[in-house]
Amino acid sequence: MRYLPLSDADREAMLRRIGAPSVDALFADVPAAARLDGPIEGLPGHASELAVERQLGALARRNLAAGEGPFFLGCGAYRHHIPAAVDHLIQRGEFLTSYTPYQPEIAQGTLQAMFEFQTQVARLYGCEIANASMYDGSTACWEAISMARRITGRGKTLLSAGLHPHYVSVATTMARFTGEALLCSTPALTDGSPGDDGALLLAAIDQETSAVVVQYPNVLGHIADLSELAERAHAQGALLVAVVTEPVALGLLRSPGEMGADIVVGEGQALGVGLNFGGPYVGLFATREKFVRQMPGRVVGQTVDAAGKRGFVLTLATREQHIRREKATSNICTNSGLCALAFTIHLTLLGEAGLRQLATVNHARAASAADRLARVPGAEVVNGPFFNEFTLRLSREARPVVRELARERVLAGVSLGRLYPTVPELDRGLVVAVTETVTDEDVETLARALEEVLR
Amino acid sequence: MSRDEPAGMHAGAPATRTGNRGLMLEEPLIFEIGQDGITAVDLDPVTNVGPDRLAGLERSRPIGLPGLSEPQVVRHYTRLSRLNYAIDLGPFPLGSCTMKHNPRLNEKIARLPGFADVHPLQPIETIQGALAVQSILGEWLVRLTGMHAVAMSPRAGAHGELCGLLAIRSALEARGDVREVVLVPESAHGTNPATAAFAGYRVEAIPATAEGRVDLAALQARLGPDVAAMMITNPNTCGLFERDMLAIAEAIHAAGALLYCDGANFNAIVGRVRPGDLGIDAMHLNLHKTFSTPHGGGGPGSGPVVFSEAVAPFAPLPFVERDGDGFVLVEEENAGERRASSFGRMGAFHGQMGMFTRALAYVLSLGGDGLRQLSGDAVLSANYMLRSLEDVLDAPFGSSGPCMHEALFSDEGFAGGVTTLDLAKGLIDEGFHPMTMYFPLVVHGAMLVEPTESESKAALDQLIDAMRGLAERAKAGDLTLKDAPLYAPRRRLDETLAARHPVLVYRDPGEDKAAAAAR
Repeated sequence: MRYLPLSDADREAMLRRIGAPSVDALFADVPAAARLDGPIEGLPGHASELAVERQLGALARRNLAAGEGPFFLGCGAYRHHIPAAVDHLIQRGEFLTSYTPYQPEIAQGTLQAMFEFQTQVARLYGCEIANASMYDGSTACWEAISMARRITGRGKTLLSAGLHPHYVSVATTMARFTGEALLCSTPALTDGSPGDDGALLLAAIDQETSAVVVQYPNVLGHIADLSELAERAHAQGALLVAVVTEPVALGLLRSPGEMGADIVVGEGQALGVGLNFGGPYVGLFATREKFVRQMPGRVVGQTVDAAGKRGFVLTLATREQHIRREKATSNICTNSGLCALAFTIHLTLLGEAGLRQLATVNHARAASAADRLARVPGAEVVNGPFFNEFTLRLSREARPVVRELARERVLAGVSLGRLYPTVPELDRGLVVAVTETVTDEDVETLARALEEVLR
Repeated sequence: MSRDEPAGMHAGAPATRTGNRGLMLEEPLIFEIGQDGITAVDLDPVTNVGPDRLAGLERSRPIGLPGLSEPQVVRHYTRLSRLNYAIDLGPFPLGSCTMKHNPRLNEKIARLPGFADVHPLQPIETIQGALAVQSILGEWLVRLTGMHAVAMSPRAGAHGELCGLLAIRSALEARGDVREVVLVPESAHGTNPATAAFAGYRVEAIPATAEGRVDLAALQARLGPDVAAMMITNPNTCGLFERDMLAIAEAIHAAGALLYCDGANFNAIVGRVRPGDLGIDAMHLNLHKTFSTPHGGGGPGSGPVVFSEAVAPFAPLPFVERDGDGFVLVEEENAGERRASSFGRMGAFHGQMGMFTRALAYVLSLGGDGLRQLSGDAVLSANYMLRSLEDVLDAPFGSSGPCMHEALFSDEGFAGGVTTLDLAKGLIDEGFHPMTMYFPLVVHGAMLVEPTESESKAALDQLIDAMRGLAERAKAGDLTLKDAPLYAPRRRLDETLAARHPVLVYRDPGEDKAAAAAR
């Protein structure tokens, strides 16, 4: 067994030192009635590397990979080209096989990279500080709602209709147990501004409101200025939480922090991480410096060592579960270290100029795709402004259309029937994401395939 | 060597102009390296640029990201990586963290395009292989634990704990039973009380006996109609198996409560005993511990939760079910017909797929026989550490029977103000990652050593020899240990300064906070 270094002779020598007759004897404290005396029945025995590769390779081939044809899915997970250096660097064993940096003298690599990550996230989001990452965007969103409650002492949160329905679902689940009151409606396919309920939110913010949570760009691709919401929220003593599921958008768009958001959270998957069928991803979390002690999750801080050299440590642990136990700001113990590292390396490779260019390419490609798809009989572009994702209204239910196109290896987008199965008014909606990975030929293939099925 | 000299390979060695010491290389922050206009990513030009659709929301100020070329970026992160200790470099006996070898086959499998380049919202017909991976791994976990069902979606151990407690709370509420208290042994990991509080419960501690196990009599005395559940860790954080487990479970159930088990220490017992045979109602498994997915400097983790028959109907969405020859994904839309009592969703999409592929590659590689062998070797190695060190380090529970996967020592007998921390830093100079320090809290100056099954006997012997030497110095009151580490990239870091004056982001020279905020 290739992962186990001990020989039988080693085992015998070790048992002699211990003074035990056998390895099984070391399990004497396990109640005899429950102790197993051999391998569990029905499980296969150990296998060679080649055999495992064959078996799992066969399963991998049962999926249609995004790279096998035209691909237009987004809605919280985006396919971007990841430079080769990213995966090479995160596979260095010193990053891959290290632990949470509890011994900072021998973890400066992870700690410095996380300090750089925090700085990049804070700057991208237009905030003063950021943490060292959360599980993913959806859990970061719930943590932001909880944090706002700790700050304001209020229990009512308004969720925009344009917030990703899985994020809404996570918040709804958690709120049932914590007693938070959540108000949320389903989005409407309003021409020019799908999913935009800014006016309703403005009217709903009151002195009981803890936070307003708005996604930017929203789940239907629409973008709107957040400044007025921020002003209104602040006037009522509430906080504005902005959620960003596509960080590339901020290469071109004004940041939520700049528009007055108090907490900005989101999904970082689009940079460095890849699709991975939904996980692991990386949650980004940034806020104002004055809220630092209410912020959940791990943070890295700068300090000096005994010789006066700059170094980095995990800090503000007094907020965390291993010190505070039941009084902690969150029960979260782990962050998403390696995915955060992938994010940070990708963003470092891009830099200011590269991110801006990447965002420009995404927007230009999406705009030209929207123009082409708008010419498909039976398809209309619902959006006015958007970044790299927009919603089509088809002449028939979108979900079966997506299935039919998938049979031709065209992954056309995310049908709103998939995301909102109980809302028939949305069932003709199709959300199409267009990144730099999409070619003109891909768009033409999609347009023709849609023309075919919508005929 | 005076304290204000830079750390070096040799005490008293002269300083270098660069601050580097041969292969020990200093590395500035990217913000101190970058230049405007440089990028490491060339993009294909876009030709047909029309008017933008940004509604005037275009960014007016720069973000403040530094520009580096590819060689600079590769060198930067390669140099940073060399400042890290890792399992690939040597033993990492960090108790309760199970730092075992991370097989590279796992990495290769996770990167197959059929797994890595698949979107979570693709039509179900195009993701049958991904659902099969979840389903097959889930079946392994159910069989290995002897439980009834598994929820694959929790993102990490603490998320799994929350999942388990929310399912337990839902199960109790479904029978109209509202209870307020969750019992946690005083030796529990800090996530347990934090999770119970987050799930809306009041937390009460149950004391341990002198031999380091849950005090059954104290537990029985405390149980009552207000107790919703107990969160137990077995093997416990003192490294011992809870001998009274069956009686504990019986008492909990007799009081109408449910039993949660923290499965962080499952590596000790996989293939040896099934939690389902011990009366457990819910337990999370850390795929990044027992199942070898890499820790990656602090995540990502993955924390599937297994359930008893009583709690299974309340498990979260989504989950995968077999459907004829294929698989279906049960989400909000079809939960009604299949699991109406589910407590809801804990995260977007369907869980840590990239961890599932790695863990499945691992269990298939080891098989039922290999998993049983690994727990045997892990427990054997821990007992070998315990018995090889107990004459020089105090083992408070050394007479409580064999330890499981980790050996626990205290700082009893350390002289002259030398502490557990000093011994840990000394271990760094010897080329090892230190053991877990000051946990569990029930032992003074605790040192929790978990060698795992991944170490050869020669590696264990070298670690034992280093620890013996350090223990002797600690007991002799050798204050030079206070200067350790001397041979690491950094000397001891000032954690108090970091917490008192938090500097969490880099600021450009001359940049004030207002400018940063106005970005």
